[in-house]
This record gives sequence, C-alpha cells and structure tokens, in this order.
Amino acid sequence: MSDSLDHDLVQLESGPVENPVEQFLRSDRVPHIWCPGCGIGTTVNSFARALIESKIDLQSLALVSGIGCTGRVAGYVKLDSFHTTHGRAIPFATGLKLANPKLNVVVYSGDGDLSAIGGNHLIHAARRNLDLKVICVNNLTYAMTGGQTAPTTPDHSITSTNPYGVFEPSFNLPHLVEAAGAVYVARWTTFHVRQMARAIGEAFRKKGFSFIEIISPCPTLYQRRNKLGDGLDTMKFYKEKSKVRNGAPTSEVGLTLTGDIVVGKFVDRDRPDYQSMMRTQFHESLGERYIEQPEMVCS
Amino acid sequence: MKPAHQTADPRGVLTGTHFMDGDHACCEGALAAGSRFAAGYPITPSTEVVERFASRVPTVGGTFIQMEDELAASITLQGAVWGGAKAFTVTSGPGFSLMMEHIGYAAMTETPCVFVDVQRGGPSTGLPTLPAQADMMQARWGSHGDYEIIALCPNSPQECFDLTIKAFNLAEEFRVPVMFMMDEVVGHMTEKVVIPPADQIEVVPRRHTHKSVDDYLPYATNGDQVPEMAHAGEGYKFHVTGLTHDERGYPNMTPQTQDKLVRRLQSKIRDAADRIALFEEDQLDDADVVVVSYGITSRVAQRAITLAREQGLNIGKLRLITAWPFPENKIAGLAAKGKTFVFPELNLGQMVREVERIAGRAKTFAVPHAGGGVHNPEDILKVILEAARCQTH
Repeated sequence: MSDSLDHDLVQLESGPVENPVEQFLRSDRVPHIWCPGCGIGTTVNSFARALIESKIDLQSLALVSGIGCTGRVAGYVKLDSFHTTHGRAIPFATGLKLANPKLNVVVYSGDGDLSAIGGNHLIHAARRNLDLKVICVNNLTYAMTGGQTAPTTPDHSITSTNPYGVFEPSFNLPHLVEAAGAVYVARWTTFHVRQMARAIGEAFRKKGFSFIEIISPCPTLYQRRNKLGDGLDTMKFYKEKSKVRNGAPTSEVGLTLTGDIVVGKFVDRDRPDYQSMMRTQFHESLGERYIEQPEMVCS
Repeated sequence: MKPAHQTADPRGVLTGTHFMDGDHACCEGALAAGSRFAAGYPITPSTEVVERFASRVPTVGGTFIQMEDELAASITLQGAVWGGAKAFTVTSGPGFSLMMEHIGYAAMTETPCVFVDVQRGGPSTGLPTLPAQADMMQARWGSHGDYEIIALCPNSPQECFDLTIKAFNLAEEFRVPVMFMMDEVVGHMTEKVVIPPADQIEVVPRRHTHKSVDDYLPYATNGDQVPEMAHAGEGYKFHVTGLTHDERGYPNMTPQTQDKLVRRLQSKIRDAADRIALFEEDQLDDADVVVVSYGITSRVAQRAITLAREQGLNIGKLRLITAWPFPENKIAGLAAKGKTFVFPELNLGQMVREVERIAGRAKTFAVPHAGGGVHNPEDILKVILEAARCQTH
C-alpha cells in the first residue's frame, strides 16, 4: 500500500500521468453526458482495460451502439464507431462483420435497446452464432427517456410508467441468450471491474456470439425512485448481494428488486459460427464455383 | 470532385441476350454495378430479386443474408456499406413501411445504398400479388425529418437491369439512399434483356477519401457538398451517428449545426436535380396535351397516346424515369408554353400533385387507378380527349 502511494507521489512530482485508458477515448468529447454515479463510464473503463490486456488490434476493432445512455458509448471511444438506430445495433454489426470478416465487432448497448426494441435481432444473432461480442449494460430501466419500465425491470419496482409498481414479469437475459444459442454468457456488476474486464477479454477469444450483461446503477432514476440510495450505496448493495456462481444454470439467475444478484460466467461452449457454417456449406454445395471473399472493398 | 469512373467487374456481369423478368434483371443489374451484399426479408412480389442474388452471389464473391425482418435488413445493408461493400435490399409495400427508419438513417449518415421496392396494392397487406404505384410519396417523404433521396422508375425488364446500375452509381455519387421503384407488372413481366460486356458498363466507385488519418474529417465537404468516406478497419477511427453531427461526425445538437447539415443534405440533391433527372420525351414541341407517366403505366399510356394521335390530336409524351428529385424545370417549361397535362398512375393521385404544384395556370388532369391491375387505355384516352377539348376552348 505504502509502496504504491510512494509511486503515485513520484509520478505526481514528475508531471501529469496519462490515464492508460485515455488512448481509447475521444478526449475532445469530454465531459460526457452520463450522470454522477452512473455505471456506464465504469464499464467503458473495464472495456478499455480489456483491450489493453487482450492486446486487441485497435485498427480492426469496430464498436456499434444503439440508442440510449449506453448507446452513447460509441461516441466516446476512439475506434471506428457507429451510433445506429434504436434496437438495431446488432443487425448493423451483422452487415459490418459479414462485409469485412477481419473486423472484431463489438455491440455495446443498453438493456432496453437490446432486449425490447432490439429483442428480435438479439435472439436471431445468437441463433445464427454470428461472431459478435455484445456488451449489455443493464440499468434495469429506460434511463435516457426518464426512467420508464424496461423488459428487464424487476417486479414491484417503481418506474415513471409503472408508478404503482411493475407487475409484468421481466426478462432473465442470460437465460434468453443461452436458449437462443450464445456460446459465451456472463454477468457482472459495475462493482466487479476486474471480472468484467476479464470476461470481455474472454469473449474476444471466443469465436461466436458472446453476451456479457453488466448490472449498472441509474441513481438519477431507478435507484432514486426505488429508494436504493446513490451510486456509492449501489456499490455497497452490489458487493453485499452479488453471489459468484460460475456455471450456474441460467434459469436460476433471474433478478429481483432487492434480492441476490447471481454473477459469474454461466455459459462457455463451442459451436461453429455463422461465417464458418456458410463457408462449409458453399464449399460442399458449390465446390470450385464458390468464390470466397475475405473482405469487400468496392472502391 | 466527381469520382473517376470505372467499368464493371466482369465476374458479376452475365453478358448476353436473355429472356428474363424484371426482378431477375434487377438482380443482374445489382451484380453488374458491383454489389456483393444484399440483406432481405421475403415479400411478394419482390422476393425473386434476392432469390436470384442468393443463388448467384457465392459464385462471384459476396454474401446474401436473409434477416429476421425488414427493420433488420434495411440496416444490415448499411453495416455492410461501412464495411466496404456496395449493398442493397429488396422489398414491397409492407416491408417498405418498416424500412422507413433506415432510409432516414442512410440519408442522415450519407450511406450510399439502394432500396428496391416492387410496388403492390396497399394500404397495409393490400394486394400482395397485384400491381400499384402507390408508394411514390412514401419513397420521397416516408421517414421523418427533412431529407432528399433519389428515386428511379423502370418500365421494362431491360430498364430494371440498366437503371439498377444507374441507381447504384447515383447512390455512390451523391452518398444517398436511392429508391428503385418497380411495380409488380414490371417485376414479373418477362422480356428480352441485353446485358452488355463488362467493359461497356460504367460503374461509379466509392468516394473513398485519399486524406491521411490525421487530416480526415468524415463529414467535411469538398466543394460539391458530398463528403468522402472511409471504411471500418482502415485506421481512420471515425464516428458515424444518426444524431445531428458536425464535420468531425460528432453529435452537436445546436440549431446552427442542424441548419448547416440538413440544408446540405437537401441541396446536394436539389442543386443537381437537372443533371439527375432522366426522362423520355416524344413530340412535346407541337403537343397541346402532354401525357406524363412512369413505370408500367407509361406502356399503357403509350397505347392511349397512339389512339389519340390517330384522331389527329397533338399529344406529347413525357415519361419520368427519375421520379425524385422531380423534374420541376421540365414541367415548368412545358407549363409556360401552355400545355395541358394528363397524368395516369396506379394510385389515387400522388405524383400528379407535383405537376399541379408546378404547372401554375396550366391545366392538369389526373387519371387515378386504385391498383390491382393496369389502366384500360380507353380510360386514359377519354381523359386525353377531355383535356384536348379544354385546351382548344
């Protein structure tokens, strides 16, 4: 502890130290739009650390977001980044990946974007086993629009559109994407910054549809309306309630308003990805007539 | 700067004389234009386009993917464009309605791409197997906000081939979504289609930037209002958003940025409208009455024009090949000469509104048809005769 403090002091004396994740950010766009206590910035930090640790080639990395608070991630990362339409990050990413299979394509979006308006695309991309890395920041609500009920909002929560309490059942996203065919499924909270970075790194090493759910606070809307405190209180809540159960059956990891949050790596399996299956099929059916196109450059 | 022209990649060109329907000819046009990516969702009467593409494209080096719905198809193709492909999707009315969101996205992000709409009777599920031309205003105005698109209307399988190439070329030149407005009859009619040798097919390449990574601004213009593109994976680390954005591509929600961007999206097309406008004309100079038409209706109208001329009337023909931007100057010029317009179309009055808007005091007669078939030439003839009577009184 004292060693690291000394180290920090030496660094301070020798001038400003660049944050190691700054190279991944569009610093000219700071300050960002996220509220104090919001968890999205924490996820971006872990994402950047995963990039450093995984030694990912940044030139071949593209990031695609939908709409919402998490949808703004695309605007802050110094990567080829696409802020698409509401719910459609996955189909956009599908076209990007198919046109240039050499790209590493990350979809970075929120729970409402990915599982409500984009729910159809989510399950079909998992079914096809497209080689996409999906990071789903789940703050349990529609934050950008003022805290409405999402498909992920736990039972009995208070939201602006369920002011007397949510009574419709919520999605258990790990269970949904496992059933649809994802090869890698994990869940962490914004308290678990290292585990989150490790999970993102693992997803990069998988070929196929990977889904990482990150439970994240929205102090301005969800936490406040449900009397769950501020960002710091939520960290304490995540620390206390999170139970690490790697390999837990996803049917048992549904979320409740104040109950345990089962975290860990739930699914890690292998099956051929969409483009491998496509190539195999065309080689089988067309033989030498099949012209495999590594990437499309039309200019 | 106008991009340098190239000729087609011979791998995609099925040179020869064919007996082919309009849907298939459209597919061959896309391949000849260099498209190697399509995303689609099945819908009558358009599906034959992508069925043929799915069969052909693995043998020419490309990809077709059938998506889970038209919302997905219409943005998957745009992901492919930013990945480096020339891409398109194909649909009909109900699917076209679902694609409106992404026509707006393509217009806002200046993603060059082609939307093929083989029109059928509507509204809603309407007449899946029967023709209409009732999506013409939707093609122009269907997505929210102010924007411009280009729309072309073929009237034969040959034009389905030729004009699909044109559609891709215009998309690349102006970085705009181009609507290819076929109709069920043109899509399903089989005629002679001549596909020329590849070296006789002009193809407009992507406006790819030559700037260095440090100098590149994704939405800076270069004198002609159309920015240069980069593709993902090339090191430019650029940002694309459907939000109002500045030259860096960064979101900027100020009225000033909005004004500058949206006016440019409009003027890059409007300023070039006369150059984009394609039409076929016949005997306009001496005409008292000008029959304006497009798509399959132009071929029915031709019969009515012939019958009217046999009665000694001076009838001119103006066939719209470009529907949008509307050839305003052409219509205004004819109106100034006191011509009367007759406009048959397979809807209850859509493109005719444009003529009425521009014609001023010149008279305009619509010949509406609710769709499900084509006009009886006699019905068009009756209106031509009525228009001719008005003209002489």
